[in-house]
Amino acid sequence: MASLVGSRVERKEDKRFLTGKGRYTADINIVNQTYAIFIRSPHARAKIKKIDTSKALKSSGVVDILTGEHIAKDKIGGLIAGWAIRSEDGSEMKCPANPPLAKDNVNFVGDPLAVVLAESLDEAKEAADLVKIDYKILEAVTNLEKTMESDAIHDGIDKNLCYDWLLGDRQKVKEAFDKADKIIKLDITNNRLIPNAMEPRACVIDYNTASEEITCYTTSQNPHLSRLIMSAFGGVAPENKLRVVAPDVGGGFGSKINLYNEEIVCSWASKKIERPIKWVAERTESFLTDTHGRDHITHAELAVTNDGKFLGFKNETIANLGAYARVFGTVTPTYLFGPCATGVYVMPAAYSNVKAVYTNTAPVDAYRGAGRPEATYTIERIVDKAAIELGIDPIEIRMKNFPTEFPFKQTLVHQIDSGDYVAGLNKAKEMSDYDGFVARKKESESRGKLRGIGVTTYFEACGIAPSPVVMMLGCGVGLWESAEVRFNPTGQVTIYTGSHSHGQSHQTTFAQIAADELGVPIENIDIVHGDTDKGTFGMGTYGSRSLTVGGIAIVNACKKIVAKGKRIAAKMLEVSEDEIDFSNGEYVVAKSNKKKTIGEVAFASYLPGVRDEVKSPLPEGDEPGLIESSFFDPANFSFPAGSHIAEVEIDPETGNVKLDKYTAVDDFGTIVNPIIVEGQVHGGLAQGIGQALTENAQYDDTGQLITASYMDYTMPRADNFPEFNLGFTCTKATTNPLGVKGCGEAGAIAAPPTVMNAVINALGGREIDMPATAEKVWEACNEMKKTNSEAA
Amino acid sequence: MKTFDYHSPKDVKEASKLSSSKSVFLAGGMTTIPSMKLGLATYKDVINLKGIKKLSGIKVSGKIVKIGATTQHAEVAKSKELKKAIPSLAALAEGIGDPQVRNRGTIGGSIANNDPAADYPSACIALNAVIHTNNRSINAETFFKGMYETSLKSGEIIESIEFEVPSKSNYQKLPNPASRYAVIGVYVARFKGDNVNVAITGAKSCAYLDKNLSDALSKDFSTSSINNVNISSKGINSDIHASANYRANMIKVYAKKAVEAC
Repeated sequence: MASLVGSRVERKEDKRFLTGKGRYTADINIVNQTYAIFIRSPHARAKIKKIDTSKALKSSGVVDILTGEHIAKDKIGGLIAGWAIRSEDGSEMKCPANPPLAKDNVNFVGDPLAVVLAESLDEAKEAADLVKIDYKILEAVTNLEKTMESDAIHDGIDKNLCYDWLLGDRQKVKEAFDKADKIIKLDITNNRLIPNAMEPRACVIDYNTASEEITCYTTSQNPHLSRLIMSAFGGVAPENKLRVVAPDVGGGFGSKINLYNEEIVCSWASKKIERPIKWVAERTESFLTDTHGRDHITHAELAVTNDGKFLGFKNETIANLGAYARVFGTVTPTYLFGPCATGVYVMPAAYSNVKAVYTNTAPVDAYRGAGRPEATYTIERIVDKAAIELGIDPIEIRMKNFPTEFPFKQTLVHQIDSGDYVAGLNKAKEMSDYDGFVARKKESESRGKLRGIGVTTYFEACGIAPSPVVMMLGCGVGLWESAEVRFNPTGQVTIYTGSHSHGQSHQTTFAQIAADELGVPIENIDIVHGDTDKGTFGMGTYGSRSLTVGGIAIVNACKKIVAKGKRIAAKMLEVSEDEIDFSNGEYVVAKSNKKKTIGEVAFASYLPGVRDEVKSPLPEGDEPGLIESSFFDPANFSFPAGSHIAEVEIDPETGNVKLDKYTAVDDFGTIVNPIIVEGQVHGGLAQGIGQALTENAQYDDTGQLITASYMDYTMPRADNFPEFNLGFTCTKATTNPLGVKGCGEAGAIAAPPTVMNAVINALGGREIDMPATAEKVWEACNEMKKTNSEAA
Repeated sequence: MKTFDYHSPKDVKEASKLSSSKSVFLAGGMTTIPSMKLGLATYKDVINLKGIKKLSGIKVSGKIVKIGATTQHAEVAKSKELKKAIPSLAALAEGIGDPQVRNRGTIGGSIANNDPAADYPSACIALNAVIHTNNRSINAETFFKGMYETSLKSGEIIESIEFEVPSKSNYQKLPNPASRYAVIGVYVARFKGDNVNVAITGAKSCAYLDKNLSDALSKDFSTSSINNVNISSKGINSDIHASANYRANMIKVYAKKAVEAC
């Protein structure tokens, strides 16, 4: 049997999704269900003086209206930050309470403060309009640069500062800078993004009055973690009385890692009203309340020698947390950002200093890439600026500073096990016809257009683990992953994974690796995920960890199956174990060629006996059945890397930027399914290019989100992209048996600086911030014309 | 969405009779339905005009093109007769919204709504359109009064729009990157006797005839004559997608594109 790892197996999910047979949370209806509408603050910052529900309660079809007072009285806990970060001075971070329904204060537009439960959605909406709320409006804090001088939003959190964190050695950096020929300085903004999963968040809660069990169907990337938080911190129900199911989920990009107010409120309320409850977010609610991404202001400095060697790097960043600190909110701008800010380079000295602040905006949390896109954008922009200022080719300056030996100890944290950055960049250079750029630029100029080329090399740290390290750094849980492999008596295999697929195609990829391990046809393997009642505990899917952590748990559980099967086969074939080889699903005795298939062994393991004779195929000490599980905690993160090259053409008359060519060469180690990996790269690139050219979440001074619909929030569309030119190099990860590295976030990490370096190149080095919208670019073009005519 | 009574009258007279201050006429519903869904508008009666057969269709006779009010954008876009007579008008329709919108949205609905960034109003003004209602005929220039405001009176129904066939014409729009509505749209139409109309959409509270550009191009139909026209940013729309200054400048750039494409 040929290996399935590496082959273009068509997605098992396609039939279901492409024929409209997916089953999402909103597709679930429970008999006798009520409908929830959340009443949300229209103000960015206000005191709640009074909530009058008297008229609304009398409205047709209303079952109940519950407020922050009710939930506080029942002692239901709120939302939490999953990582404890310490400031440079050793003090612990400061986090405000985040009750599921605001009782005294609301802190962003969309902050929920009451829920209306009614017999129908329309009745719930009508009643919601009748709830009268008396607010005392307070001045909103929205300007990231001025946040620390503004009013304190939360009592006891001085300067709105959650932490002032440092990673690295200031003294060493100072010494390095003292020796430099030149200091390159850069001020950049990493624009705020709204994840925009295709499926809005939703939950359907079913409380069983007899068993007292709550079933919560929800749009989550990690149902087990949601159950843990809802039980341990929310106090909604003990874990054994709480089942969380995340069925088909239509995209998350990090925004569905968090447990949200609505799940806690509806779970608690369902028990209270003893009725099922259904809540589905409208698109506006998604814009307002899904966790947002990015939103940094950074000042960076790079110390260089005249011949382009890097000596040291400083990164001073203010990160916007929004109104509250959520699960990955505090770690995203620290450990997921700071270490990667020195990029793929040998950097003798560096530090990252991050001040994370609260503002009256939606909470900011992990979004595809989480911290690494911000880091990569910082270093890759400043490296390009160094190339410009030193007059060195952007590829040459990168090559000069690459490590060439692995493992490579990166300056700030990571020990990178494997990689070949030189090979990746060379391949990208060739595939993009880098040397032909000059001719293409001339051709563009002959049509009155400007052309620019941009290069990025990146590495990222994903497959987030191992537990002892992340917990040492402040993570509240271990980041292993689990799997259970059940070999059924009649030969099919059911695999339970703690990973969660919300577009990642685990049903296919995981079945491929299990098919190879067990020698069973892929059709006979099913992957089950997303239900806390099915399978072991899991930590979920984010940070490109499914394959590198969850996939390896499956491999290890399969290996245990094969090992037990071998013991059984040995007994059945009456030989010793070491006389048996296992391959292609068969246990073969080398010298006699006698064999048993793994299916026969599985059958025997469940039916361990024969007629007329007391005889078991099970070796002494082995129990019946063929079910094994594994908890895998890798030795390190995985470190994918790559080089991307983009070319843009700018119309100076309008400022319109056309992304003309995009080449991505990535090293994801072993690739299990090229179709799925290419899809992941495409999706990541689309989001990264969206950040560079179109997307920008904007709040006005009063804290109103002015890009709260697709009329104003510019999602990129197919016509914003060229045909992507993809290539791969491979250095296998040494920290897992498959040699795999994560691939889900690479595109979103590499594309923003690649595209912006190309735009800035076309603009003759004039810097603009993302997104490179037509007007901004047009203004830069006008400046360029002015400078050129003055020079002439 | 709040409950309402739905009516499907068989003729214009009946439709007009049903209307009141609490009713709305429905054609394609591409603005009305989302507004109702979002709770921005509520009506007691929704009067669907799509059942009135005579309100739909395209007729070209000599120098006049007559388009029925409930004719969908997709029909305007694909009409062979129209493509021959006023290709720029068919192309404009092809560039509205997306296929779903073009298959539902209507020309009458678009001009009755008079969105400041809608495409059709600029065509009406540039092509000397006459808007025929159940009561009267209104010249395009007086029809569009302000933001979402027209000279239509309560109960008045647009039946058809008549366009004058130009000798040359072209419409160029700079689409809003998010909504793909016009940030600015410039409709240039040149008629016999060299008279040129330049109508702009997206730039002010509603589409308008730019006198300076029209005069300049009437005298000399070339891109260089546009260079000498000064377009002030005063009174021009400004939003997160485009400042008044950018819009004012783009009017000239897109007017040139339109002249070049004529």
